[in-house]
Parts: sequence; structure tokens; C-alpha cells
Amino acid sequence: MIRDITLGQYYQADSVIHKLDPRVKLVATIGFIISLFVVDSWVGYVAAALFLACMIKLSKVPFRYMVKGMKAIVFILMITVVFNLFLTPGEPLVTFWKLTITKEGLRIAIMMAVRLSFLIVGSSLMTLTTTPNSLTDGMEKLMGPLKYVKVPVHEVSMMMSIALRFIPILLEETDKIMKAQIARGADFESGNLIKKAKAMVPLLVPLFISAFRRANDLAMAMEARCYRGGEHRTKMKPLRYRAADRVAYCVLLLYFAGCVAIRVWL
Amino acid sequence: MSLILDHVNYVYGEDTSLAVHALKDINLVIPDGQFIGLIGHTGSGKSTLVQHLNGLIKPTGGAIYYNGEDIHDKDYDRKKLRSKVGLVFQYPEHQLFEIDVFKDVCFGPKNLGLSQKETELRAYAALKQVGLEDAYFYQSPFDLSGGQKRRVAIAGVLAMKPEILILDEPTAGLDPKGRDEILDQIAKLKEETGITVILVSHSMEDVAKYVERIIVMNRGSVLYDDTPREVFQHYKELEQVGLAAPQVTYIMQALAKKGMPVDVSATTIEEAEQEILRALGMEKK
Amino acid sequence: MGIIKTDKLTFEYIRRDEEGNVEGITRAVDEVDLDIKQGDFIAILGHNGSGKSTLAKHINAILYPTEGTVWVDGMDTQDEKHLWDIRQEAGMVFQNPDNQIIGQVVEEDVGFGPENMGVPTKEIWERVEESLKAVGMYEYRKHSPNKLSGGQKQRVSIAGVIAMHPKCIILDEPTAMLDPNGRKEVIRAVRALNDVEGITVVLITHYMEEIIHADMVFVMDQGHIAMEGTPKEIFSRVDELKELRLDVPQVTLLAHELRQKGVNLPEGILTIEEFTEELQSCL
Repeated sequence: MIRDITLGQYYQADSVIHKLDPRVKLVATIGFIISLFVVDSWVGYVAAALFLACMIKLSKVPFRYMVKGMKAIVFILMITVVFNLFLTPGEPLVTFWKLTITKEGLRIAIMMAVRLSFLIVGSSLMTLTTTPNSLTDGMEKLMGPLKYVKVPVHEVSMMMSIALRFIPILLEETDKIMKAQIARGADFESGNLIKKAKAMVPLLVPLFISAFRRANDLAMAMEARCYRGGEHRTKMKPLRYRAADRVAYCVLLLYFAGCVAIRVWL
Repeated sequence: MSLILDHVNYVYGEDTSLAVHALKDINLVIPDGQFIGLIGHTGSGKSTLVQHLNGLIKPTGGAIYYNGEDIHDKDYDRKKLRSKVGLVFQYPEHQLFEIDVFKDVCFGPKNLGLSQKETELRAYAALKQVGLEDAYFYQSPFDLSGGQKRRVAIAGVLAMKPEILILDEPTAGLDPKGRDEILDQIAKLKEETGITVILVSHSMEDVAKYVERIIVMNRGSVLYDDTPREVFQHYKELEQVGLAAPQVTYIMQALAKKGMPVDVSATTIEEAEQEILRALGMEKK
Repeated sequence: MGIIKTDKLTFEYIRRDEEGNVEGITRAVDEVDLDIKQGDFIAILGHNGSGKSTLAKHINAILYPTEGTVWVDGMDTQDEKHLWDIRQEAGMVFQNPDNQIIGQVVEEDVGFGPENMGVPTKEIWERVEESLKAVGMYEYRKHSPNKLSGGQKQRVSIAGVIAMHPKCIILDEPTAMLDPNGRKEVIRAVRALNDVEGITVVLITHYMEEIIHADMVFVMDQGHIAMEGTPKEIFSRVDELKELRLDVPQVTLLAHELRQKGVNLPEGILTIEEFTEELQSCL
């Protein structure tokens, strides 16, 4: 059920990508996403696809595992495709009933689908190869300068990393409460929207209570282990760029330059 | 009136590389009115097994019959089955959600489509069965103590008037006092209503004290299915699969080894006491 | 003065009804005096609501006494300038293994405490390694805590505390949510800490078999200490324990019952070996 969502969950493997500095991966992901909107030709997409494929290969994360995690967002993808397909004005290709597929619509729909799926695969590659802790470390460091304008950078990154740690636990809990209520005759599937929404109460109330209880326990456990915010803190895994990270930045730069070149000259 | 498991198999994540064979060829008959203990270490498949009994999980192979009907038949009413085979999960108090105790217990019978009156009657009866005092009925379930919350949750299942009651570690996390109270209450309920009870437990002492039949699970299979006396004779084998017998069994074995003429099959303190007194020739008249 | 000392420690909290009006005052801990020697293994027993967890939280300065004083290694817990020293010296392990692990990888979690204390990076790694080895979880250092068993998770939590180099460690029902094998694992790890590293242990539990090896046992009831003594002394008072609705190991109980039937057995038998030997001398 819900537990099948692997989107964004760390996959343990020993690869070049896993070992990169999280900052590199963050910058690369943002760079890759921008590149998807820079290119607008098939050649560009092929380039992006190649780049992504290489990265996936290097990461040693099984492609099937990644795709499995994407099932959950297929729905969003479909909506985007359908809207673009039917609602884009232009030269009609096929018409049935009141719906018309235009040539432009088809083009945009395919493009959006490709962009979106690349975007999702690209960003999930980052979370698959980076532990949430080092990811938030990377963010904290990258956004470090914002501290001086009173942005609570450390607190935000700590909150994110805790949220990520508890997602699987809460999903499991959801599953358990759902089963327990089904055992008491609850019905989460049939009925209209209002009835379905009402049926969620026996699931959501216990879930929220449990989440608050966990939050309370965790806060106490953190305090007991001397947690007092970002000050005085040292790092077990401080971020230092190594040779591989510099090479990665170069590769990224080359790729990005290539995308811009494709956009300009092709 | 019985529950029959016929060659039940269950594989998690079938067709994937991560497939886990959680249940292997389980054959069991659960007749009316038995008090059964289900034991096995964590991951032995006992939780998966109990979820099969009320149709929450569908076996990937084999069939389950309740009163002679296949519960995974197309037209079988599984919602009704769930009222007949009541399952109380681990830490059941985590499923409480209503604003007061009484309303929460009404949830089950209300889902069965019973009338308001019948629902309330059943809720009242169920709360009485678990021994909760009237004073708590209109309190928020979240203000109760751990042991009381758990009773309310058990009442929530009892209110559906099940014929088989399955309790997945009903005493986990409770203190000895809360544990004894819950188990005594269940034993009393069993006595009074003749309901079938399946008790999933880690505590061999508890199992030995209450049940008449023990099913031992190991790696998805049934290892033993017999009376406590017989099962605990295999204490060495039980240890090999990460379980143990009650301490009494070890005491009796140690005494026998020292040459004391005692019957080693005693499993409760009362039985052991009788045996030792007899061996010492101090038997009570 | 011992490593942990309390003087007339009292803790009260105010109960409020739904509108926030004061309903009454509950005395969770009532004039408790403790004096715990460095290196001891102390067990605190009591049923739920007896005040044992509230007492434990005072030692780590999570709660502060309403009246009375708590000293950890000579430092008053109410003295704010010692707060972080106290939390470092008196580490705490809680009941629910899921709700106290912060890291997504075992080693990162163990490093959390030292990070907070500002320990230099190189030393954090050394501490993480030695702590994980001390609880026998070193092979799992790269694993996700979600994939571990309950007993393993609790051992990681214990390692997380040891990495802070505490002088004592307080375990608040660390085994209540575990299966028998998990319980054994955790207790074994805790005993090793006490024996090998000499860390003072305060174990709060309601499983009697876990306290057999303690140096001193305190039984709490309604906020105050109802019984104290060595395990043998405590287990000699079976009737009192029963009255407090506490468990007694089966062997102790059996000996007690037989004694009442006129068999010449001493009170406070804790192990099967003791029992068989004593019984043989009766023959």
C-alpha cells in the first residue's frame, strides 16, 4: 500500500555518486532541473537523458527500484499530460466528441511528460544516494550565508532531517491503524467523497496523536543528549570538497554549457 | 463452527527480487471454545498468520474456511467475518479516536449497521466484560491509564460480538499489575461466554498459565501444535529457535537431573508445587 | 557524596480540567532520598504511575524538583550553569526505541551527542567506534535504524549515550517494548557497561529477572520508596512484593510457596541452582 513509495528514500550502495559531497549533488540537481527548461529541442532531451542515464549507472541504484518509487506520481504526470494534450490551441490532429488533440498539444504534452519525469528521476537520484542527514548538512552549509539575515538555517535543516527520518515510521503506523480500524468494520473505500472523508477520522486522529507523542519523546531524547541548537556544535562528517567533487563540478559545468549550446545553435 | 486453514501460504512482495515466504503450508483447525496460545519469536510469521484469520491478508496459496465457507470467495461478506473473528492488534490503544470511551466502543457495532439501541447495548456489555467501571464511560479515552485504555480498545472489538477473539500481545508494555488484570479478565470472559481465544504472546509463563493448546511458529511454519505440557517438553528445541519454556520447566528438569523423582512436565507453579511436595512425601491431604 | 544524591526530592504537578482550571495537585515523587555510589548497578522497580520515570527524569535535569535537591556528581541540577555538564555525565535511554533515534544511519545517530557537545571531528569518530563496539553493534554502523530489531535499536541508543562519555546512565524501562530476546540483548549490554567500563547504571524496569544482578534495588510506590535492599533482601519479602502488585521470578515464588507449606527452604532464592541445592539438603 502506502509503504511502496520509495521516492526519496536513501538506497545504500557504494558508488562514486554516493561518495560525492552533498553540496555537489544539490547544485547538480538544481543545475539539471534548470537545464531541462533551458533545452527545448529533441537533441537537448537526448543529451539530458544521456546525462541522467550515466548518473544512474554510476549511482549503482537499480533502475527498477527508482521506477517503482515513481508509481505514486504517475497520477500527477497523467493529469499534466491530459491537460496539455487537450487544452493547447493549434493545428488539430484528431477530434473526437468535444475534444481535440492538436499538434502543438501533443508536442507540449510529450515535452512536459519528459521534463517532469526527468525532473523527478533527477531529484530522487539525489535523495536516493544521499542520506537525509548529509543532505541537510549540505543545505545548511550552502545556505549558511543566510544566517546573517536571521534565517534559522540550522533549525530548518534539523527539522527536515527529522521529518525524513520519521516518514517511514509514520507510514508504517498509518498502515497499522488502518488495519486495526478495518478489523473493527471500518470502510475506507466505498461511498462518496464526503463519506470517504468522514471515514478518515478514525485514521487521522490516532495518527496525529501518535505523531505528537513521538515529537514529544524525541524532543526530550534530544535534550537529554545535550542538543541546544546549532551553536557549539561540531560535525561528525564535516563537508570538505575532494578531488572527485571538483571533477563532478567540471562535468556538471560541461553538461550545462552543452545544454546552452544546444539551445543557442540548434 | 470452526476456522480451518488449508495449506495456507503467503509470500510478501511476490514477483519481486525481495520476495519473502512469510507463511509456509499452514494447516490448522481452530474449533469452537478453545483457549489457544500462539508463540514464536519476532518475524516468525505469527502476526501475518493472525491477519489471515480475519481476512485482512489474502493468502497467496491455499484457502481459509470459516464455518465451511471459503472466506475469499467472491461473494463472501468479509466485513461480517471481521465481526465474527475479532482481532485486537498490538498496542490497540493507538487506535482510539472518539471523544469519549463509550462512543469509541460503539464504533465497531455501528459499522455493522446495527440500530442505535443495539449498538449501545453491545458497547455497554463489552465495557462490562472488560471490567471497566461506569465512571470512566464518558471520559476521554486519552485521559485513562495505559491498562484502562487497552481494555477500552479490547471492548471495541468485543462489542462486535466475535466468536473468535484474537489478541496480539495484549500485555505488551504493561506492568505486572496491568498484565495480570487483562489476562484474568480475558480468562474470565472465555469462561463465561465460551468464546474461542487466540493469545499471541512472548511470555511462556503467561501462556502456560492460561491456555490449553499451544501453536509454535518458526520461520513461517508450525513447529509444534499441542498441549502446553507436551510443547514445553521440547524446551531444548524451543531454545534453538529463539524461544524458551517457562522457568518452572527448567526447575523441574534440574530437579530430575539431581535425581529427584518429579514429573518434569509441570508447567505452572501450582503443578510444580504439587509435584515437589509429592516427591518430598509431604503431599497435602 | 555519591555520584547521584537526592535530598527530600519532591515533584508535584498541577492537574487541570478542560477549561484550564486547577483540579488538584498530584505528588508524583514524594520526599525521596537516594545516595548512589559511583560504579553501582541500581535497579528501580515499581508499577506504572509509581513515580519511577519522573524520578529518573530529575537525574538528567529534564525535570526539576518542586522541593528538595538533586546532585549529580556534586552539581545541583537546578544550577543552570551546570545543565549541559549534568546531561553529559548522566546519560539517559528511554522506553520507545523509535522515538529516540535521530540519525538516519546508525553511526550518525551515535555521533549526535558528541556533536552537540562540540567534540572535535576526529574524536567523534573514535567515540562512535568504541561505543558501537561496546554494545556489539559495530557491524551495523552503516545500517538504517528502521531496519533493526527492537533490541538492536535500544543498543544503538545506549551507544549514543556512551559516546558522550557519561559517568552514569539512566535507563527508563528500556526493555518494556521488546521481545524476550531483545530484552536479554539489552540487559547483557547494560551489564557489560557496568562491569567493564565501570559506568554507574540506574535501571528502571518492571521485569524482575532483570534486577537479579543489581547491587541495590529500590521499589517505588505512590511516589516514595517502599522497599530498598539487595535483590536477595527484596526477594525475601515476597508477600510485600505481591501486595505492591509486582512480579517475582517463578523460582523465587515457588520456593516461597513451598516454604509456606512447611518445606525447609530459605527466603530470597534467586536462581535455579540455589533452589535445587537447597531442596536437596531438605531430602
